[in-house]
Formats: sequence, structure tokens, C-alpha cells
Amino acid sequence: MAFVDYYRVLGVSKNATTEEIKKAYRKLARQYHPDLNPNDKSAHTKFQQINEANEVLSDAENRKKYDQYGKDWQHAEQFEKAGKASAGSREWQGDPFAGTHMNEEGFSDFFESLFGRAGGRSGKNVKFRGEDYNAELHMNLEDAYTTHQQTLTVNGKNIRITIPAGVENGQIIRLKGHGGPGVNGGHNGDLYISFAIADHPRFKRMGDDLYMTVELDLYTAVLGGEIVLDTMGGKIKLKIQPETQNGLKTRLKGKGFPVYKKEGEAGDLFVTYSIKIPTQLNEKQKELFRELAKLSS
Amino acid sequence: MEKEELMDAQEFCRHYQVEYSFIAALHESGLIEITTVEEKGFIPESQVPELEKLSRLHYDLHINVEGIEAISHLLQKNKGLQSRLAQLEERLRIYESWVRG
Repeated sequence: MAFVDYYRVLGVSKNATTEEIKKAYRKLARQYHPDLNPNDKSAHTKFQQINEANEVLSDAENRKKYDQYGKDWQHAEQFEKAGKASAGSREWQGDPFAGTHMNEEGFSDFFESLFGRAGGRSGKNVKFRGEDYNAELHMNLEDAYTTHQQTLTVNGKNIRITIPAGVENGQIIRLKGHGGPGVNGGHNGDLYISFAIADHPRFKRMGDDLYMTVELDLYTAVLGGEIVLDTMGGKIKLKIQPETQNGLKTRLKGKGFPVYKKEGEAGDLFVTYSIKIPTQLNEKQKELFRELAKLSS
Repeated sequence: MEKEELMDAQEFCRHYQVEYSFIAALHESGLIEITTVEEKGFIPESQVPELEKLSRLHYDLHINVEGIEAISHLLQKNKGLQSRLAQLEERLRIYESWVRG
């Protein structure tokens, strides 16, 4: 277990005044606070370290004990007996917290061993709420069409959620308490999940309504008939009126997208007909078209 | 029209130990919405997480309302940039997988 240089953490000298320590702590707390550094694990860890350093150095009793025994904490008892004071200046390279483990309450093993879990702490136990996490869940339009369960991994933790049908692109849901752990016993942060729904090759979604274009052959468009339409909710038979014009739009009520959290309700499906002109006609077909043209003129 | 739950602003202040004048200042800055019903102020439930965060910035970090305004704007901008970055990373990932075949 490595020694932790709290003065170095706060960027102050060993003989810094209480006011200087307070000022340094406030400046760093504002810099690394979880609310100001969303989705930044390293900032959160740094914030815990700053709090620990402040917990020790801002309390006269803790600071005295730390100054006296800090470097030689393992031999504190022997030092006390021999009447030796801690000597020499500390020169530490790199991260003062390197090799230490931060527990769930946000304190390192070094702190726990020197000050214990309950004792040695100042009365001002400031609690800080954990950071909020943000996650983006990607899905296709078919997924968003039905209520289903999905597991996502956030910071190594698997979370299974139920996604109601009708969720929209860009919609955000909040899972309270599933964010980062609180500091000093503070509440956990929240997890915000935003949904990113990919475009569909055939359907365009606008709110709860769906739009699609259907190719119709010339003969059905002119003479009328029936087609089978592939919608998101399954196949439906559609009657085509004779002399259906290119670009005609028809509305199928209730065949659109499910309304979010409203079971049984759905928007409408708007179908636009695109008449396909026949190609690669044989001579007989061309002849018939020429006759038709003569009759029409 | 969807109904939204409203929380009594005074109740919020009691529970979170914040001053009503602070909430009023945030409302004046346009950072939160307060609905008045029969001369009593109410906060939309959807705004409560945001208000919790702004309260922490003020009471834990001693940031004044003007500072909170600036920070809110920057955090919003940061969120947009992070979202855009995530989209671009996803597209790049898809593109790279196509290229690799």
C-alpha cells in the first residue's frame, strides 16, 4: 500500500495555511465535479481523491497526524515510542494516488489504514452525488415498432430494460440511481439512455405516422385491381381503383406506428402510388399501344 | 395532450434545503420553468433532475446564478458535440467494416 501525498493532490506546499488549502480544494472541486464532467470516469476518480485530501488537510487533528506519521504510517507506533518526528522532504514522482485502491465510499486504502473507517474524520462529512451516465442505444425501426427487452452494458454493468413500442429517435429515458456511485455516502447518479433509430429503406416515420411509396404497374393503375402491401404490422390487401393517377396518396388509418405508452393506439400509414411505365415491350405490345394512342387522339 | 406531474416548489425547497429565492432566480434566467397555479409555484416533474443538478452547482460548488447560466449553456453544447461524435464514430465503424469486407 503506497503513501499518498495529499499536499501534492491539492497542489499546495506542506506549510500551506488552512485558507490556502480551502482555496485550492474549492478550485479543484469545481474543475473535477461530476456534474461538470459528464461521462468522465477519470474526472470522477480525481474528484474523490481531492475530497480525500481535503478531508485530511482541512481538519487540524487529521492533518497533524498525517504530517507526523504520514510517510512512515506503517511504523507510527514505533516512532511514537522512540519520540522521532517524521523527517525530510517528500519528493514524489507521478500520480500521488498510484497503486492505491479507492473503496465504495470514495476513500483510499491508505486513508482507511491511517484514519480508520469511523474515527479520525471531521464532522463535516460532505456528501456528493455520483456522476450521471449517458448512453446511446441504437436500434432499427422494426425494433422500435414493438415493446421488447434489451440488455445494455454501461461501465461494465449489464442493465436489462423494457423498451415500449413507439419510442422516438432522440428520445431520452432516465434510470434513477444507475449512474456513478456517490461520494461520502451520497446518492448514486442517474443513467440517461437516448435512442438512436436508424432510417428505414422503405418507410419514413413522422411522429406516429408512416409514409411509403408503392410501385404500381400501369395495367393495374388503369384498370384497377388488388395489391398486397407489406406494412410494418404485416401484409394487407389493398384495392386499387381504376384510373389511379401517379403520385396519388391514400391513407390507411391505424396502420402507422404505435403511439408511445398507449396500448392499441397507432398513427396512420400514407401510401403514395408510383406508376411504373412498362419497358422492353415486344412488337405486338407496341402495336397495341399505338392503336390505343390512335383511339385516344 | 399528455399530462405532466407538477411538484410544489416550496416542497422541493424543503426537501432539498434550498432557498426559494434561488429557484426564482433560475426561473428569471430562463433555466427552469415554474408553473403558477392559484398563486402557488410548481415545477414540472421533468425539470426536477435538472434543478437538482443546478442546486448542487450552487450549494456544493458556490457558483452563482450567472455562472450557472454560462455552465448550462456550455454543458448543453458539450452534450450536442458528444452526441455528434458518437454518431460519427458509429458511421466510421460501419464504413471501416465495409472496407474490410
